[in-house]
Amino acid sequence: MAATANDATLIVGASQAGVQLAATLRELGDERPIVLVGDEPHAPYQRPPLSKAYLQGEITSDDLIFRTADWFAQHDVEVVTGETIAAIERHADGGGEAVTETGRRIPFARLALTTGAAPRRLDLPGIDLPGVHYLRTADDAAAIAEGLESARSLVVIGGGFIGLEVAASARKRGLAVTVLEAAPRLVGRVVSEQTSAFYLDAHRRRGIDVVLDARIAAIEGADAVSGVRLEDGTVILADVVLVGIGVVPRTELAEQLGLEVDGGIVVDAACRTSDPSIVAAGDCALMPNPYARGSLPRVRLESVHNALEQAKVAAATLMGDPHEYRTTPWFWSDQADIKLQIAGLSTGYDATVLRGDPDTEKFSVLYYRDGELLAADCVNQPLDFMAVRSALGRGATIPPEAAADTSVPLKKSVVEPAAPTLV
Amino acid sequence: MTTVIYTAHDGTETIVEGTPGVSIMETALRNGVPGIVGECGGSMSCATCHVFVSDETAAIAGEMSELEDEMLDGTAVEREERSRLSCQIKLIEGETYRVTTPSEQV
Repeated sequence: MAATANDATLIVGASQAGVQLAATLRELGDERPIVLVGDEPHAPYQRPPLSKAYLQGEITSDDLIFRTADWFAQHDVEVVTGETIAAIERHADGGGEAVTETGRRIPFARLALTTGAAPRRLDLPGIDLPGVHYLRTADDAAAIAEGLESARSLVVIGGGFIGLEVAASARKRGLAVTVLEAAPRLVGRVVSEQTSAFYLDAHRRRGIDVVLDARIAAIEGADAVSGVRLEDGTVILADVVLVGIGVVPRTELAEQLGLEVDGGIVVDAACRTSDPSIVAAGDCALMPNPYARGSLPRVRLESVHNALEQAKVAAATLMGDPHEYRTTPWFWSDQADIKLQIAGLSTGYDATVLRGDPDTEKFSVLYYRDGELLAADCVNQPLDFMAVRSALGRGATIPPEAAADTSVPLKKSVVEPAAPTLV
Repeated sequence: MTTVIYTAHDGTETIVEGTPGVSIMETALRNGVPGIVGECGGSMSCATCHVFVSDETAAIAGEMSELEDEMLDGTAVEREERSRLSCQIKLIEGETYRVTTPSEQV
């Protein structure tokens, strides 16, 4: 291999998307150097278990790795950890040089941005007190786990997936847990009212206190957090506070490079940014999605599946073989013993069908637009999930009137897409 | 030594030395063995780590849970008698495991 560093592909961001991009480049036969740069001090690891199995003490940080050091060595992927790219200079030939905050210079011929997202920060009096945490990284999770060891109470600010997963994990450890949600319902951004109502009941049944429409005045404490004060004067005691109010895509480098950014790095269906020689993939990328209906031309998805699939497309584009991203989005969230699996994107729905009884903690909500299946939230119903994911993947649908009938497996109600007809 | 022998649907064999306690899925991922995806990290949410196990492996692989059984009903390639989710098979010291991966996982 007569490669020089000037042939290198620089991948900024060493998580799921970054690692997959490197892996796919190698699968596609790329022999040029690959440099994968991550700002965390750890080798690439999986984030989803951080709020679940890891916080429950079922696994350790060693269990989080998803490629061995040997794999990176064998595939000639140089992993640079603990380095933040401060600036990127472009050359006229499309290549350039990145400079890290410590002054290390990394020349590249091709650039991929898999920069991910960072927790949205909350601006409140007392937010900087020790004991107040965000959760994105393994170090965040280790600090939370350590805090929970000696804590009796946890307040979670934000009733989204991360917040509810941590709440359930802490409750399992025996802590008094309160979830404060600013909206009138839980996980409001992503699921139907029926699913939200179910989660409210389910978490309350498990002993978690949930406050909706919560208005927080301040985080209280002298040397460390001691509680959260609401605007009505109520103080909820807390030895640990977790803030989980969503994420913000990391677009700083894209902006610095002059790329189009609109609440995410804007890419086309082949992961090309507004400078087509630069690709982006994963949580940071805002992409047209055939599964998104309604008024949204582009969506930014936060999931392992999306990160992996976009990274494969981005790698193919870098290899000069661009093709369109098209895969059924799916998401999951494990909270206590409740498994939620979501297939498709419900954005733009005009009707829902409830399948099963939420009180049994086994049910699904199917989403429709103009009578066509868009998505489903499946709670402890893996068969429904698999049926919907598979149907959406091949353009099939499930008639709404059949979907509610729990005596028939959903798989049996799938209506295949009409065969193309010649006109 | 703990060994996993992965056979792809086209017959290609990959032999990996595993670590006791780690699943067949994680062992595949960490070593870049093709044919196993495992997007959900072993939480039984995705059914993309479907494998067909040998008779010998079936005997040491442990019982199948109800959830695993249900997830197997929705795999990309239809399940067979020896189908398992490889995230649910944790390696035992000194054993050798043989699995065949299906042509598709997604």
